[in-house]
Amino acid sequence: METFAIDVRGVTKKFGTRTVVNDIAMQVRPGEIYGFLGPNGSGKTTFLRMLCGLLTPDGGEGKCLGLDFRSESAEIKKRVGYMTQKFSFYEDLSIEENLDFIARLYMMPQRKMAVEKSLERLGMVERRKQLAGTLSGGWKQRLALAACLIHEPQLLLLDEPTAGVDPKARRDFWDEIHKLAASGLTFLITTHYMDEASRCNRLAYIAYGNLLASGTVAEVVKAGGLTTWEISGENLAALAEKIRGLPGVEQVVAFGTTLHVSGRNAEKLNASVSPFVSGAQRWEKIESGLEDVFISLMEAAKDNFS
Amino acid sequence: MSFNFQRLFAIVLKEFIQMRRDRLTFGMMIGVPMIQLILFGYAINSNPKHLPTAVYAADNSVFSRSFIWGLRNSSYFDLVREARSPAEINKLLAENKVQFAVTIPVDFSRKLVRGEKPDLLLEADATDPSAVGFAQAAVSGLVATVLNRDLLGPLAKLRATAPPFNIVAHQHYNPESISQYNIVPGLMGVMLTMTMIMITGLAITRERERGTMENLLSTPVHPGEVIVGKIIPYIMVGYVQVILVLLAAKFLFNVPMLGSVPLLFLLVLLFIVANLAVGITFSTVAKNQLQAVQMAFFFFLPSLLLSGYMFPFRGMPGWAQNIGECLPLTHFLRVVRGILLKGNGLAETLPDLWPIALFLTVVLIIGIKRYRQTLD
Ligand SMILES: Nc1ncnc2c1ncn2[C@@H]1O[C@H](COP(=O)(O)OP(=O)(O)OP(=O)(O)O)[C@@H](O)[C@H]1O
Ligand SMILES: [Mg+2]
Repeated sequence: METFAIDVRGVTKKFGTRTVVNDIAMQVRPGEIYGFLGPNGSGKTTFLRMLCGLLTPDGGEGKCLGLDFRSESAEIKKRVGYMTQKFSFYEDLSIEENLDFIARLYMMPQRKMAVEKSLERLGMVERRKQLAGTLSGGWKQRLALAACLIHEPQLLLLDEPTAGVDPKARRDFWDEIHKLAASGLTFLITTHYMDEASRCNRLAYIAYGNLLASGTVAEVVKAGGLTTWEISGENLAALAEKIRGLPGVEQVVAFGTTLHVSGRNAEKLNASVSPFVSGAQRWEKIESGLEDVFISLMEAAKDNFS
Repeated sequence: MSFNFQRLFAIVLKEFIQMRRDRLTFGMMIGVPMIQLILFGYAINSNPKHLPTAVYAADNSVFSRSFIWGLRNSSYFDLVREARSPAEINKLLAENKVQFAVTIPVDFSRKLVRGEKPDLLLEADATDPSAVGFAQAAVSGLVATVLNRDLLGPLAKLRATAPPFNIVAHQHYNPESISQYNIVPGLMGVMLTMTMIMITGLAITRERERGTMENLLSTPVHPGEVIVGKIIPYIMVGYVQVILVLLAAKFLFNVPMLGSVPLLFLLVLLFIVANLAVGITFSTVAKNQLQAVQMAFFFFLPSLLLSGYMFPFRGMPGWAQNIGECLPLTHFLRVVRGILLKGNGLAETLPDLWPIALFLTVVLIIGIKRYRQTLD
């Protein structure tokens, strides 16, 4: 039997009468980078909080790092690094003091060295005395990541770690994550960026608390069952107006010089657009993008669950 | 997950750094007590005026009439009644109708003229001790002026000798039989109650409001470590306040210190911790910092009013006394006044120590139980 870093089933959380996380199962292999996506308010943060014992689940069972995630959260906390969505370190403490505080709480045997190493990795050796509250948004994110790595956890739960981080820093960040994953760390990362989603080994997509799709990028795209046409040429705006709202046409998205038209029902879509295909523009059937798939999944979910 | 001193130290260290950086709060912790000290200090020194007074003149003489006339014209005393018997005087005092009663004995003027230094009896309701000390001086001054005017001719020689009479003062209803010095030592307790509860009341709610709680909870830290770790730094703040009050008491207000100050230093720890525990418990219940402050006031008011600081404890109705007995400040006031003013030792303070200890235990248990290890 394969051992998973995260192996949970039926995870459910209600706030009052509202079910925010509904019967979600997740299996993450050790050393894997697992992307966790979904629209705002879909329950991603809530799910992560339940995994590391910050919220009590209303239902579900399973293991996290081989420990029961409902009854052994004290043990789990020692081996998991959780990076909160909102910056949650002490703004009135310096970078070094924050790192030192966390290292002390985890009772690091070689605390001073761990802090030093962490500062070096951050590239903040000279700025160690700066108060965390005076850091820019992106640097706060980097500090938070460094802090949750300091106790050398086996599993990292990162809640939108790159929100507000510039592209170069984002790429460095993901390079670092791939390096760490290669050394055996497991990552569960929430994000709203498609390029980040495609850098994950596998992903899960939830909306309104329900798991809609999971697997590799290709599997998710396939499961989305979306047909997409790419149109290039003149007068795309006028064309878009005509196509929008035709039966089978679910998304009409304008890019700089192209237009993407997609729908789940291939027959209806093709029937609707066939009169235009022979027009002035160039039509081409393409592989659906992750974003198109997610939006389509979300639209479908809206019909089903609300 | 068990209590660990290394993690406890981490919390203490962090709280110290934050306290040092938070200048405003730190200033309040030292500034507010100083302001209180000065305000209350002046309150002690200000002369109360128009105190209701009764007089019983058994000796119907010129001197008596002059004295009564003098009382009427004095702004210190309001002569509300000329009593007809000593019993009436007692009744007036008992019913709180008057604060002072002056009795001029039967042969006051005859003895005075003979130079026999007669007694003048001044009785005071000393439950408000701040008024008593000065009144004695005022009466004696008053009598002297009145007599100086009346002692003419051959009697003038009596003027020269220092007061030709004695004032015998009886203080009633003040079980501790202490003067106005009551207030400054009491202030120590009031001050600690207010600042300690307020500061720690904010401690956990602030973490929750700023979002740092989520991070703290995701680490292996134990609730006891957080709570004790947040209490320890403020114990030291409490001691700074205690030292300030004691210095002011000694050098500004000349409060006598009969008992052992080191003993007081030791015992005040229990009281400080009890108050810090109340604050921490409040902050585990309060949803935000405003609520925590409101709860602190909710606790502070009865402490101030029912502990015997503002009003004499034994003068309160039974139910109020019962509430008062549950408050740590009530017992601490007895401890601190007992040690400083009566010279009490450990044995005499024990009856007031165990109620504080009991209170602390109960509150701490509630606090640790209420501390949520999750964000639900
Ligand atoms: N403590 C709480 N009490 C009540 N409702 C809550 C609580 N926390 C979250 N919710 C609700 O649960 C839903 C899911 O919230 P959650 O933060 O898990 O979403 P998310 O997927 O992380 O969204 P985002 O992408 O915006 O971060 C939201 O509708 C939110 O309002
Ligand atoms: Mg979220």
